[in-house]
Amino acid sequence: MELLPALLFLQSTLAATWRMATPILYAAIGEVFSERAGVLNIGLEGIMLIGAFAAYSTAFETGNLVLGLIAAVLSGLVCGLVFALFTVTIKANQIVVGAAFNMIGMGITGFLYRAFYAESGKVLSLKTFLPLDLPFLSSIPFLGEVLFRHNIMVYATLLLVPAASFVLYKTAFGLSIRAVGEHPKAADTAGINVHRTRYISVLIGTSLAAIGGAFLVLAYADQFVEGIVTGRGFIALAVVVFGGWSPWGAMGTSLLFGVFYALQLRIQAMPNVLIPYQFLQALPYLATLLVLVGLTKRRVRAPKALGIPY
Amino acid sequence: MVWRNFGKRFRRAWQSIGLPPIAILIALLLGAVVLWLAGYDPLIAYRAMWQGAFKDLTAVTEVLIKATPLIFIGAGLAIAFRCSIWNIGAEGQFYLGAIAATAAGIYLGSLPRAILMPLVLLLGIAGGAMWGMLAGFLKNRFGANEVVTTIMLNYIAIFITGFLVTGPMIETKGLFPQTPRISENAWLPRFLPPTRLHLGFIIALLLAIILYILLFKTSIGYTIRAVGTNAEAARYAGINVQNNILLAMGISGGAAGLAGAVEVAAISYRLYQLISPGYGFDGIAVSLLVGNNPLGVIFSGILFGALRSGSEVMQMNARVPSVLVLMIQGMVVLSVVAFGVYRAVTMEKEE
Repeated sequence: MELLPALLFLQSTLAATWRMATPILYAAIGEVFSERAGVLNIGLEGIMLIGAFAAYSTAFETGNLVLGLIAAVLSGLVCGLVFALFTVTIKANQIVVGAAFNMIGMGITGFLYRAFYAESGKVLSLKTFLPLDLPFLSSIPFLGEVLFRHNIMVYATLLLVPAASFVLYKTAFGLSIRAVGEHPKAADTAGINVHRTRYISVLIGTSLAAIGGAFLVLAYADQFVEGIVTGRGFIALAVVVFGGWSPWGAMGTSLLFGVFYALQLRIQAMPNVLIPYQFLQALPYLATLLVLVGLTKRRVRAPKALGIPY
Repeated sequence: MVWRNFGKRFRRAWQSIGLPPIAILIALLLGAVVLWLAGYDPLIAYRAMWQGAFKDLTAVTEVLIKATPLIFIGAGLAIAFRCSIWNIGAEGQFYLGAIAATAAGIYLGSLPRAILMPLVLLLGIAGGAMWGMLAGFLKNRFGANEVVTTIMLNYIAIFITGFLVTGPMIETKGLFPQTPRISENAWLPRFLPPTRLHLGFIIALLLAIILYILLFKTSIGYTIRAVGTNAEAARYAGINVQNNILLAMGISGGAAGLAGAVEVAAISYRLYQLISPGYGFDGIAVSLLVGNNPLGVIFSGILFGALRSGSEVMQMNARVPSVLVLMIQGMVVLSVVAFGVYRAVTMEKEE
């Protein structure tokens, strides 16, 4: 009799793990492209917020989730163009520009949300992407719940990761990205357009970050709230480092964070828990710290030209 | 001697004093566009903001009160940024300073004023410095990127505060998530009553001057800047890079901790969950705006204090959400970057 609740706990935790990992994974895969090309974008948090708000307001006004997703991608592309303009063309310090993006993202989404939604008296919830019921698979006990009852944005990560890995390691374009991030001068000599490659990589990064933000309102929570990203953009930065700047590494590490998020949620939902909830809330952030510290054992080198304008 | 390189000095002074107003103007214009698009009248909003900041003596002193933590934090961050240490964790360091100061102010409340007041400030410095140096240690020992670690430490500090004010340190009545008041012996004196202007503002000005001298007139500051310009070259020159990273994190963390302690000892007299409305993040922009010059931070700190104080009045009187000011601050940083102030600083480094 003791086994059943434990099993249920495990099932719900594991089911939440993938879902919790998804927004971080989108942002992290995008950031892998950006950093592999030598551009560090610490403005992910702000860009995720902008993506979340663009998705929310569009989906809310049109009632169409796909339009919301498209709006998020567009907002990500706009952010990316501005970010690349500053970091690649103007050659400004990437950390400074990223910090500015975080402020702008926080400020503009908070402002627009309060101006149009917070006190409007409207019902603010969306009909989010529903879990897909897969024939047969979803009804497998345990595994069905853990693996086969997710929404489309969660499943899409199964395509995203191999696709990202393929582009990065098996195509000429991926080779250019990595060359530009390692040794831009050599890449330039070899005829690669460094600025163009960096622009495209930054744009991939910011649009995926915006999709990660959009996930939070379209497929997770059903409405926007101020600061809804709660540090996931920063955690994605840590995920990129710990994942060794590779898409598959980012996937593994995101899932690890998903476990911490899911555990925190599950334990908070349990009755009679003596641990103060603030400690549970701190868990993902604490885990990020420990993971960064653990990195020392299996150090993968960062792209050589990371953070250096060309 | 002083007049040698006059042209260059003048250009530099112009870059750190003259360009920020233009950058702010552009940011305010962009903010006006956003206001207008959202259906507000930018003129009414900005008039409310201006009046909120400069209407009368009380308004002006409130600006200085808001500027005080920003000057502390910005001046400290200037040191870290000059060392190329990207401490994004001033927010958490502020909280640790506030926690340490509150604990001293409550549990050592029976100490005489002459001892308790400085002790509270010193413990605030210690709390912030410890939180900052933790990130420095993790960078030195494990190569953990300080941008990520300091941000994680921010969240952890805020959760610790939440735990303390709802649990072990909650006020005796236990009604609100806040600590009891600290002992009156720990209160920083206010002058110019009935305004709330307090000794902390003077301390902030002094700290900015001291850190300016440290950075530009001492060998310690020279070493810090050398590490910031080129850590590899500094290492070859026999400079202990790791010690300088710890020092830069300690100074910037200590300054942020002091800001937290002053906020407790002069304004709130107690600790509660949201004691910082984001001072630690504003401080980043405050320092960057003046090219990480601790003296310039006095001006940018007052400017951001005015923006913040004014935006609160704007929210009350013109019903414009004050959070807009964060966007304006971000735009200020971007326009400064666009105008090449930042490049001027890097050029200066290369010399």
